[in-house]
Amino acid sequence: MKKADWILIGSILFVAGVLAAFLYFVPKNGSAVTVEINGKTVDRLPLSEDTTKAYADENGGTNLLVIENGKARITEANCPDKICVHHRAISRSGESIICLPHKLVVTVINEKETDGVDARAG
Amino acid sequence: MKQSKAKTAALYGLLIALSFTLSYLEHLLPLPVGIPGVKLGLANLVVVTALYLLGAKKAFPVAVVRILLAGLAFGNAFSLLYSLAGGMLSFFVMLLCRRTKLSPVGVSVAGGVSHNVGQIAVAAAVMRTARIVYYLPVLLGAGLGTGLLIGLIAAPVIRRLKKGNINLHIL
Ligand SMILES: [Zn+2]
Repeated sequence: MKKADWILIGSILFVAGVLAAFLYFVPKNGSAVTVEINGKTVDRLPLSEDTTKAYADENGGTNLLVIENGKARITEANCPDKICVHHRAISRSGESIICLPHKLVVTVINEKETDGVDARAG
Repeated sequence: MKQSKAKTAALYGLLIALSFTLSYLEHLLPLPVGIPGVKLGLANLVVVTALYLLGAKKAFPVAVVRILLAGLAFGNAFSLLYSLAGGMLSFFVMLLCRRTKLSPVGVSVAGGVSHNVGQIAVAAAVMRTARIVYYLPVLLGAGLGTGLLIGLIAAPVIRRLKKGNINLHIL
């Protein structure tokens, strides 16, 4: 390996580290979740209230969102891969559960900031 | 002197078969990032080796055919799209990096990282959300790890094949 290789590796580690610090360690627990389907925000629910709500996309894809003890998770879905159902419960600002087949994104936000990831990017 | 078409076909077959096997392996080891279809990029081993031994023109079809075959065999439309974006971006980044002072290890690292950046960019476009950036540090780290591993394996292979009498480059 040459010096240039080490410089490249160092730079990648640095960028990943800085991004990780901002995305994973700075965020505190969020206050609410937003639900987006196909890029449109369709719902905003506080994490402080226990709720269960079903969402459907235009093709009959459904996801059941459950908010319990300040955490949100998808407990049921009729998507083929079930990755959203197996995703762990989310509660920290910026975390999200994505159901790709249904183009559904559940994201934790902190309502004191304007918007999770976007607010910190600026 | 030109070698026979049969020999060329055999070489492509060998490389594609090897990368196909690696594709199957990475299919069995999904990245735990919550984005379905995102892959490690192990098959880059063959692409890196081919890039150094055969040159860009001959390595390119290996990269494309491998992705299409693996996509049809193990994936769906989404994972094929990710693999294509990741594979193509990684190929061209490695092509550029080969002209720099980087050794094959560095080129492979750049390929591994750009492979994942390509995948995440497509995921963001498909989902129409920038929130996928959340997974970027994990994917950068994973790309660095895979790229390093592949580079460390590929570098001695390239060195030995170039020294030896296996004159792949005259194909
Ligand atoms: Zn799902």
